[in-house]
Amino acid sequence: MEILNLEGTEDTPKIILDKKNGIFEISGRSLPEDSAEFYRPVLEWIGKYGSDANPSTEFVFKLEYFNTASSKLILDVLSALEDIKGMKILWYFHEDDEDMEEAGQEFSELVEIPFEFKTY
Amino acid sequence: MNFIYDLHRTMMSQNLILVYQGDFTQESTKSILAMAERNLDSSGEESSIKRKVFNVMVEALQNIVKHSDELIDGEIHSHAAIFLIGREANQYCIMSGNPVRKENVAGLTKKLEQINNLDKDGLKELYKEIIKNTTISDKGGAGLGFVDMARKSGQSLEYSFPELTTEYCFFCLKVNVPRDNE
Repeated sequence: MEILNLEGTEDTPKIILDKKNGIFEISGRSLPEDSAEFYRPVLEWIGKYGSDANPSTEFVFKLEYFNTASSKLILDVLSALEDIKGMKILWYFHEDDEDMEEAGQEFSELVEIPFEFKTY
Repeated sequence: MNFIYDLHRTMMSQNLILVYQGDFTQESTKSILAMAERNLDSSGEESSIKRKVFNVMVEALQNIVKHSDELIDGEIHSHAAIFLIGREANQYCIMSGNPVRKENVAGLTKKLEQINNLDKDGLKELYKEIIKNTTISDKGGAGLGFVDMARKSGQSLEYSFPELTTEYCFFCLKVNVPRDNE
């Protein structure tokens, strides 16, 4: 399966989705002008991955900041991951960033996927 | 030329650290954010406060980009809006002003009042309610901007709608982010 690799910019996150090497990560800042357009390839990739997923998947969110339009799309990403067996979310937040920790807790209440919280 | 000095004095007396007026786009948003961030960094502001200020700035700026109504005055079409940041001893003030058509004022007022009447838990519930049910609008918004500003600032959103023309008002919004984090 092809690798999705997007370099991070000042307003878009770095994204690596690599089935073969078991790397699934969204990190950095997310405040794109058009969040639906930006996350479309991610959702498409997850759709394909879901039909032939690895036995277990650890999906990493390591976000420094995201805007509200991105938060809706992050929920869409999580909802797409929800149906995949063996899925686990690793939600990273900076140790003094309570808002990012709380955001992760809220997402975990909105989807049925185990979340593990980690600081960096 | 005295207006230059007058404007300077006004900015000093109002503790303004950044004022931008003009067309708002994603590109100008990024530049304004970069400037404000440098300012916050060089002032040595605490990182948790910096993040909150950044958060409110992004939502305020993207609201202008997405929702400011085009002002049509005779032949002149303009998106002119203003964005300001003030730093006072105990808080940062993130302020914006942009034209809105009069028919949109009632809807905005209702939304802002609803948010101002909720406490911390009420805002959290409203946020979850909206994010579960919303779809991204044609303009690219999730309908969560004001709720997020209220949550991140922990304060009421101050607003007013002075009249601009027979068809437009100027939507003024002020969000205060407290600095004393003890």
